[in-house]
Amino acid sequence: MSDFTENFIPEPERYEFRAAPIHQFELARRDFFKLLGAGIVVFAVAKQSRAMQETTPSRAFHNEELPKEISSWLHVGEDGTVTGFTGKAEIGQNIRTSLAQTVADELRVPIETVRMVMADTALTPFDAGTFGSRTTPTMTPQFRRVASAARDLLIEVAAKEWNVAPEGLVAANAKVTDPASGRSLRYAELARGKTLAQNLPVEDPVTPAPEWTIAGKPVPKVDAREFVTGKHQYTPDFRPAGLLHGKVLRPPSFGATLDSYDDSAAKALPGVIVVREGDFVGAAAPTVHEAQAALDAIHAQWKEVPQISNKELFAFLKKNGESKPDDRSRKQKGSVEEALKNAAHRLDATYTVAFIAHAPLEPRAAVAQWSDGKLTVWTGTQRPFAVRDELAAVFHVPETSVRVIVPDTGSAYGGKHTGDAALEAARLARAAGRPVKLVWTREEEFTWAYFRPAGVIEIKSAIAVDGTLTAWEFHNYNSGTSGIETPYVVPNQQTEFHSVPQILRSGSYRGLAATANHFARETHMDVLARTARMDALEFRLKNLSDPRMRAVLEAAAKSFGWPHKKSREGQGFGIAAGYEKGSYVATCVEVAVDRSSGAVRVVRVVEAFECGAIVNPDGLRNQVVGAIIQGLGGALFEAIEFENGRIKNPHFASYRVPRFRDVPQIESVLLDRKDIPSAGAGETPIMALAPAIGSAIFDATGVRLNALPMVPNGLQRT
Amino acid sequence: MAKPIEFEVNGKRYSVQYPPDTPLLSVLRDELGLTGSKYGCGEGQCGACTVLISGVPKRSCMIPVSTVAGKPITTIEGLEKDGRLHPVQQAFLDAGAFQCAYCTSGMIMSSVGLLQGNPKPTDPEIIQFMQGNICRCGTHPRVIEAIRHAARITQEPRS
Repeated sequence: MSDFTENFIPEPERYEFRAAPIHQFELARRDFFKLLGAGIVVFAVAKQSRAMQETTPSRAFHNEELPKEISSWLHVGEDGTVTGFTGKAEIGQNIRTSLAQTVADELRVPIETVRMVMADTALTPFDAGTFGSRTTPTMTPQFRRVASAARDLLIEVAAKEWNVAPEGLVAANAKVTDPASGRSLRYAELARGKTLAQNLPVEDPVTPAPEWTIAGKPVPKVDAREFVTGKHQYTPDFRPAGLLHGKVLRPPSFGATLDSYDDSAAKALPGVIVVREGDFVGAAAPTVHEAQAALDAIHAQWKEVPQISNKELFAFLKKNGESKPDDRSRKQKGSVEEALKNAAHRLDATYTVAFIAHAPLEPRAAVAQWSDGKLTVWTGTQRPFAVRDELAAVFHVPETSVRVIVPDTGSAYGGKHTGDAALEAARLARAAGRPVKLVWTREEEFTWAYFRPAGVIEIKSAIAVDGTLTAWEFHNYNSGTSGIETPYVVPNQQTEFHSVPQILRSGSYRGLAATANHFARETHMDVLARTARMDALEFRLKNLSDPRMRAVLEAAAKSFGWPHKKSREGQGFGIAAGYEKGSYVATCVEVAVDRSSGAVRVVRVVEAFECGAIVNPDGLRNQVVGAIIQGLGGALFEAIEFENGRIKNPHFASYRVPRFRDVPQIESVLLDRKDIPSAGAGETPIMALAPAIGSAIFDATGVRLNALPMVPNGLQRT
Repeated sequence: MAKPIEFEVNGKRYSVQYPPDTPLLSVLRDELGLTGSKYGCGEGQCGACTVLISGVPKRSCMIPVSTVAGKPITTIEGLEKDGRLHPVQQAFLDAGAFQCAYCTSGMIMSSVGLLQGNPKPTDPEIIQFMQGNICRCGTHPRVIEAIRHAARITQEPRS
């Protein structure tokens, strides 16, 4: 990116939860072999200098903390089984497979012999969390390095065994071979009876992408059969002996506090445990039905507080946005004021985005079990170590007394950074003296989780007669800083984020604010292109220098057939692009609008995506297509409605999510840049869809839509 | 205590004592330990809990257990026979038609129901039938591909 970007120090993304403090891994080294059996272990140890550099607030928009000290390790067992350990969680993004591929590739073993132990605070190294598209850029290289070191170690063992120099030996197919004599030893044989451990610095050389054999290929999901047979156990599927089911009494509105309380009738019910701690009220019983009956028998009165409602939302955000001239969230270059004054064409506009819900199909859930003062919790979270620390703090026990295990989880999309259900289940389990399972209902999930923040974005801009951008002033109120910087070349710029006191509980969402910021910027770019009487693609290319962004735009346009001629009434085409988290996206969209009914249908989407060297093209395609489909909801119809601290549409019947009928024809064009380190891909593919749809709707109808969602009730007549 | 309710799941007879309005899904998961059927909404809106009742796909979260007395029920656990996957399971596997896979059991059960009633569905028929199953990861195109594939392999004579 430009020097301008590098010199800009913005406020860290407020909606990406901050990482937990530094922890060393507690398990003593000698315990590894007790736990794993004999063999060879390699630890990746981040060098202090590098760790320091990466954890100091950087000159980037995101301040995601990276793993410290020991960050991953690998064990080669006596039976040849290879086990990789990481604190990252599998939430549907397919990293269990992509990490196993990486290990298999670098260690030169079949992928079937690799298993990954993930997101278990007792077994895996500390990890700040599975978010920010960080697994592929940070964890994949670490596993390459540990696997490479393990391979070297196995070669050394073989060399010693044969009394030859290690340099001539070859590792392949889970064997070390001596080409001179033709003899070979399997890894399993080399590991037998050994207890070798090695630390390595993270800078060891690894196999370059063009030479990958298992990585870079469309390897199927490693445990796919578990899922098609229903055997995989998600958190809600755990059933330890003596299990009770928990329920929590929810207040009628956000911020309400208990005014009066009587649980005598509930406590009289057989087999029921009722817990009240402050404003927390919950019950545990042998069945969910009985737990609910206990809650129903509680007489509770709540004191409510006034709240902002939907209809005042955007005015509130605009009015309460903070503006501090020296704020780190503000950047300036050239003189916007001057450039706006001398503009050939000036264009100002305001855009808004609604609160939306993640609605992961597996709701927040936890199973908690106390035993001898120690707590074990199974829960679907993106941040197991942070949840462990939170549990330890709340229950006043050492962190070593809490174990958080994350079974592969029924999705998150940024929505499972917290440990709400874990805390609730642990509270009830402690009182009950038995394991307690707590699964949020869909209504609880829609109400008591957190939301993607709403926002208002204002843009002032100017272009020269020939379509060159001359001024760009961009203000984001509340929604966040991700993707706030323009990738286009503009000599005079001002960008500012205005924080606003929280209205609804807000947090990370796939792509964070990048979706909102790209919607505003790319919609605005479409209007500017029309103002300059230029094609939308041509206008963008004219104002772009970044070759990777140009490449995705050109690839999407080529596959889509841009510019496309309209062949029927109501047909329209749009294009948009963006850059975020090390990857690039460009999206072309065709819509069909029925002006009489107002029905808007996305007919076709072509999306080009580039994230460096592709680790698994099949998994990547799933992520890209999935992001497009999920993005349809936020673009077209998803919005949380709220009034007086209550969510008015907390059900799938009233909160519309994309379904089969909404799905367009989708083509993903994956650009594999083997010369560029792999970046993550879970988020960026969602960003350019909404503005491309909006521009296509304008192309079809002449109606410009500046609010997300764009057509919750169809296209209104104007 | 409530009167025992008898029914058959995956060819096995069960007798349970539950309040008659208890959702079948709770009985399957909490009493019988058949956790392959998922809770997604409890409101019949997402399809994650889909099972076959007398061969017809139903949202088990909306079915009071008392109404299935004497009826045969098939859950995701009942599709595999002698270690051999049902053609629909195989088709989902081949198509990689899942991401987090929490919706997969329900998707597969709905697809089995669809193909039993309509062995060669057109794409619009597939979309219409599957409209009640939510996938939040956006794997719909692969689910459609898997159903087409399952229809093909079901047509072929078994070796």
